[in-house]
Amino acid sequence: MIHIQNIAKAFGEIHAVQDVSFDVARGELFGLIGPDGAGKTTLFKILVTLLLPDSGSATVAGRDVVQDFRALRQMVGYMPGRFSLYPDLSVEENLAFFATVFGTTIQENYELIRDIYVQLEPFKNRRAGALSGGMKQKLALCCALIHKPDVLFLDEPTTGVDAVSRKEFWEMLQSLKKHGLTILVSTPYMDEAGQCDRIALMQNGQILAIDTPTGVENRFAKPLFAVRATNIYRLIQDLRQAPFTITCYAFGEFLHLTTQDGVSTGTIDTYLTERHHKQLEIKPIRAGIEDSFMDLMQHA
Amino acid sequence: MRNAVTTNKLTKRFGDFVATDAITFTVAPGEIFGFLGANGAGKTTAMRMLCGLLKPTSGTATVAGFDVYTQSEQIKQVIGYMSQRFSLYDDLTPRENIRFYGGIYGLKRADLKAKANAIIEELELGSVADKLTGSLPLGWKQRLAFSVALIHEPKVVFLDEPTGGVDPITRRHFWDMIYAAAHRGTTIFVTTHYMDEAEYCDRVSIMVDGQIKALDTPGALKKQFGVDSMDGVFQILARGTSTK
Repeated sequence: MIHIQNIAKAFGEIHAVQDVSFDVARGELFGLIGPDGAGKTTLFKILVTLLLPDSGSATVAGRDVVQDFRALRQMVGYMPGRFSLYPDLSVEENLAFFATVFGTTIQENYELIRDIYVQLEPFKNRRAGALSGGMKQKLALCCALIHKPDVLFLDEPTTGVDAVSRKEFWEMLQSLKKHGLTILVSTPYMDEAGQCDRIALMQNGQILAIDTPTGVENRFAKPLFAVRATNIYRLIQDLRQAPFTITCYAFGEFLHLTTQDGVSTGTIDTYLTERHHKQLEIKPIRAGIEDSFMDLMQHA
Repeated sequence: MRNAVTTNKLTKRFGDFVATDAITFTVAPGEIFGFLGANGAGKTTAMRMLCGLLKPTSGTATVAGFDVYTQSEQIKQVIGYMSQRFSLYDDLTPRENIRFYGGIYGLKRADLKAKANAIIEELELGSVADKLTGSLPLGWKQRLAFSVALIHEPKVVFLDEPTGGVDPITRRHFWDMIYAAAHRGTTIFVTTHYMDEAEYCDRVSIMVDGQIKALDTPGALKKQFGVDSMDGVFQILARGTSTK
């Protein structure tokens, strides 16, 4: 459904996207995971025909993003990272406006947005600018869907959104997927990656890895341990000094410790007990997406 | 030792809307205090009052011993502040930003120079110290902004979503800096949407609809709500209010 081949785009000296290639299948929920400045937005703008690539080619729904841009604009839905609706129009007016621009009506494609729009309906006469963050996000999603696109592009829909609203948003995406929509979504939150069928990890304009979430986790090849003790601040400093340590980072209530091969919990326990750490807890763990991302970043 | 922050029934109304509803808590010196809540729960309003930028409607509050009603100028002298939106001037170099903010806080010329060199060395910014700040990666900017927020050795530093959009390694380097500052005795008052970061705080408060619904150590909160992560605690407390 999306075919990207050797796409590159630079702004002066900044190489925003460097030689990126990947495909997204029909009906797939594909995540572009990476921090600010990874090149996610630039790639999105190229795919929705708002920016010309310097080199390479891409097709979306079989249409070339440069040659067939007019036809393509009818076929894609795009929710930019920054709130881009009309703050002085009401909820209903915004939706009607976007429907009209695409030559359709709210009624015609209501089925697709119904589940989301019913939550907005009590506020349909409120100005979009006066909505809460979560509501703005839902309205923007409705506006991106109202012309029944084949492919939906969501650029960081959950950035700056609280953990509860983020979860709700992903539930909406899962139900949209059931309508057969192909969805490309970007996010800086690693914990959202598991919701996608496949993900591309992106950093500094380059793809670090493309795989299923489980596949990305399985790429992590070094021994990994979760460690905690009463004094986390001293623990992190001691572990970073340890001869067997490769990296040591905070991960919630535990530290994640990557070590050289052949290191056991016993080795770590002895080292830390010698340094008088109390209530030690050390256990080998499987890597998560964030562990893999950090590992890949350091080898990029 | 005197508390770094105290509030007692601190309230702010905008017309009929109660943005911050009688919140009461204290923060100890050198504590890392996580200030959590859904979007629109009233965190920003509360922080603006504590920073001396907004007069409360009722209740009392002190920051570093100064009263938010009558001593807001003294408060501004002894606090640091940074957020993802407001931090540094993109059109100044890192060195100029440090000198500018240091100058505003009244640091002497000789101290400023030493301070600038120390920060640039500590953050390993030597190669970009004289390039425009706007050209730096976000993670570098945020770490620099944090150092600048500490330049006048404030008693309390307010961090409003300091790590939003930052890559996972830099995010952790940032928390290393927070730990180090707290270790030196600076009180840290921080908001975040990353629930793993809530675990790094000494204590966490969770605001829902203007009120503080929970306040304790991460360990005690998880026990209280019978879940194994702060995300679990947050989902229980904040769910159902975000759709308003």
